[in-house]
Amino acid sequence: MKKGLTTGRGAASSVSRRTLLQAGLGVAGLAVTGGIALPRPAIAQAAGFDWKRFKGQHIEVLMAKGPRGDLLQKYRKEFEELTGITVGDEQVPEQQQRQKTAIEFNSGNTSFDVLMIPYHVQKKMFGKNKWMEDLRPYLADAKLTAPDYDVGDFAKGAIDYATQADGRLDSIPINLDYFILYYNKEIFAQKGVAYPKNFDEMTAAAEKLNDPKAGVSGFVLRGIKNANVVVWTDLMLGWNRDPISKDGALPEDADAVAAATLYKKLITSYGPQGSVQFNWNECQSLFALGKAAMWIDGIGFALPLEDKAKSKIVGKVGYGVMPMGPKANHSALFGDGMAVSAFTKKKEAAWLYVQWATNKTMQARNLTGGYGSPGRNSSFEMAKTATDLKAPREWVDCMSGSIKIARPGLPEIVGVTEFRDIYGIALTNMIQGGDPAAELKKASEQFKPILAKTEAG
Amino acid sequence: MTTGATFSDHAEEAVPTGHLDRFTLDGRGRYMLFIVPALAVMFAVIIFPWLFTLFMSVHDWRIGQAKAFVGLENYRNLLHDERFLGAVIRTLIYTVLATALPVVLGVLSALVFHRNFPFRGVLRAVFIMPMMATPVAVALVWTMMFHPQLGVLNYLLSLVGIPPSLWVFDQATVIPSLVLVETWQWTPLVMLIVLGGLASLPTEPYESALIDGATPWQMFRRITFPLVLPFIMVATIIRTIDAVKSFDTIFVITLGGPGTASETINLYLYTQAFAFYQIGYASAMVVVFMIVIMALCLMLLYLRQRAQWN
Repeated sequence: MKKGLTTGRGAASSVSRRTLLQAGLGVAGLAVTGGIALPRPAIAQAAGFDWKRFKGQHIEVLMAKGPRGDLLQKYRKEFEELTGITVGDEQVPEQQQRQKTAIEFNSGNTSFDVLMIPYHVQKKMFGKNKWMEDLRPYLADAKLTAPDYDVGDFAKGAIDYATQADGRLDSIPINLDYFILYYNKEIFAQKGVAYPKNFDEMTAAAEKLNDPKAGVSGFVLRGIKNANVVVWTDLMLGWNRDPISKDGALPEDADAVAAATLYKKLITSYGPQGSVQFNWNECQSLFALGKAAMWIDGIGFALPLEDKAKSKIVGKVGYGVMPMGPKANHSALFGDGMAVSAFTKKKEAAWLYVQWATNKTMQARNLTGGYGSPGRNSSFEMAKTATDLKAPREWVDCMSGSIKIARPGLPEIVGVTEFRDIYGIALTNMIQGGDPAAELKKASEQFKPILAKTEAG
Repeated sequence: MTTGATFSDHAEEAVPTGHLDRFTLDGRGRYMLFIVPALAVMFAVIIFPWLFTLFMSVHDWRIGQAKAFVGLENYRNLLHDERFLGAVIRTLIYTVLATALPVVLGVLSALVFHRNFPFRGVLRAVFIMPMMATPVAVALVWTMMFHPQLGVLNYLLSLVGIPPSLWVFDQATVIPSLVLVETWQWTPLVMLIVLGGLASLPTEPYESALIDGATPWQMFRRITFPLVLPFIMVATIIRTIDAVKSFDTIFVITLGGPGTASETINLYLYTQAFAFYQIGYASAMVVVFMIVIMALCLMLLYLRQRAQWN
């Protein structure tokens, strides 16, 4: 294996626990000092900045289908009126959007000018090929960046997460996703169980709350290959173990096996039957029906869980920061950014869109509207006094708590999909009876040559 | 020239016999121009993609990385790729089941609907409805029905005292469950083809057989089945090709899982091409897959020829 392999914690390219901790402290610090100026609901024309410089141009935006896409589409007109630039925005299902961007970039001619990029999947691949425009010159140009944009308002950890290994900032974070522990307060109260402080208590709670006869599972977790890997790596961070360690070691050591064993136990002993094929949507359905006591997943499910039309547990959902693991307390971090295609001829107009999509107002809307978790400190400050929060305040508090312990949940490598696929199959084999140590060893043997090949050059 | 002269007679007169003249606009080449658009389209949509696929298959080509010529290495790797070999076996099992069941049930239902009974037309229309639905929509509906806790199938089983099944949520039952969906959707197609065959059968052999005192089984075995066999073979060929290249149903319902338990060649090559971006390796798989399909088709066409009426 190549020495010095980036795992998501190296040099300038990646985000570390420390930088995210700093980000969290930044948020906390702002609370103490009274915070920064709050953005207004509408975007003001900053004095001297000409938003209409590229009036009459048309840009295409390609986004993954999801809440952030909904948010951007909802306020699209605002951007069009502000700049005179017309926007064609398209939301494509996540997997297909990733395929489309990669294939079009490879062809050297993209149909989109702006794209949404998942850091945990494509950051390194796109960065290595310089497929996205370096935004630092744009940020430094007073004619292209509004004075109130304030890139310094982004949490340091968020900017570090977006920054490439060579120091290029080729995207701006629009959403950061932390893994949290959802729990059903009613089921916990009925059996007199307290929120678990560590993994042992979490397992004990699952055992106590698991009641198959009543149709209630102690836990519900993703089991389907590929999607299941992030749950395992989230648990593995509790052993202070990155998915691929700083020295390039693959996850087959005692800590990785211990995390896989816990994952297997939670699913097979306390999970519903058929969990092996569950993705987040099946988990969400059962949890929202009150058929599961706990669920570990991304933080972005508050809106459907608090929607009476989709959930039977409105007002009963607890949002908990990941409990302490045997060696550390971490929450797996994932995220998306907005970027400008290096192949577009309308780079400046595209940058104006990225700037608008990630400005203080839009990031605050992301949080207060329950669309997701922003990267700007000011968004959290605004949420403190906001009276129109769509999601419970406990959810925002959980987000603030998770930021402080967040750490990348997937390795920063080109072959992330292969990593998820191969180890994902190993996890499904475990659920169906396989031995964790043997399955992880086999998966590592399969993945080692792929890693060497994809990281070469 | 006679008044009964044909177009070809005129053509023969118009075409000089000289070797070079055949390619001039005054000669046969004039007529060749008419097939140029068709040839151009064929080259663009069939021949070029195939040549390019062959070209990609002999390269180590990953999106985002430089390509390198590797000769037949991708093909050699396929022979040692356990996941690919597993996918081949699963494809064969799936194809056999997803062909045999609709064909058997389709023939039986054709025999039923060939008879006259009340509401035959209405029932026949209802029977062919699954075939008219979009496969992806069908797959989404079945995905919900298969759900072990919330699906209607386990509820129906519980009503008759049968324990719940895990359907597509278990390695052991995933292929039979997917075959169930294929059978539900495509049995009507076989029924329609065979029904058409039954309607075209002559009545004389049956009259003779009745006079000779043949039983219904003897009439089916000695008259109906041999006469309708060419139609069954057509249905079998169509079903086999459909089943072997099946993608949408499996992709939507299981994504090839649990693990790789329902991963067929098509799903695996999709993963290689569009998830791992290994275009070269996936192209080699496409070539092998195409050879398998062509071999199957040739075999079935040969069997169909043998089943022709004498």
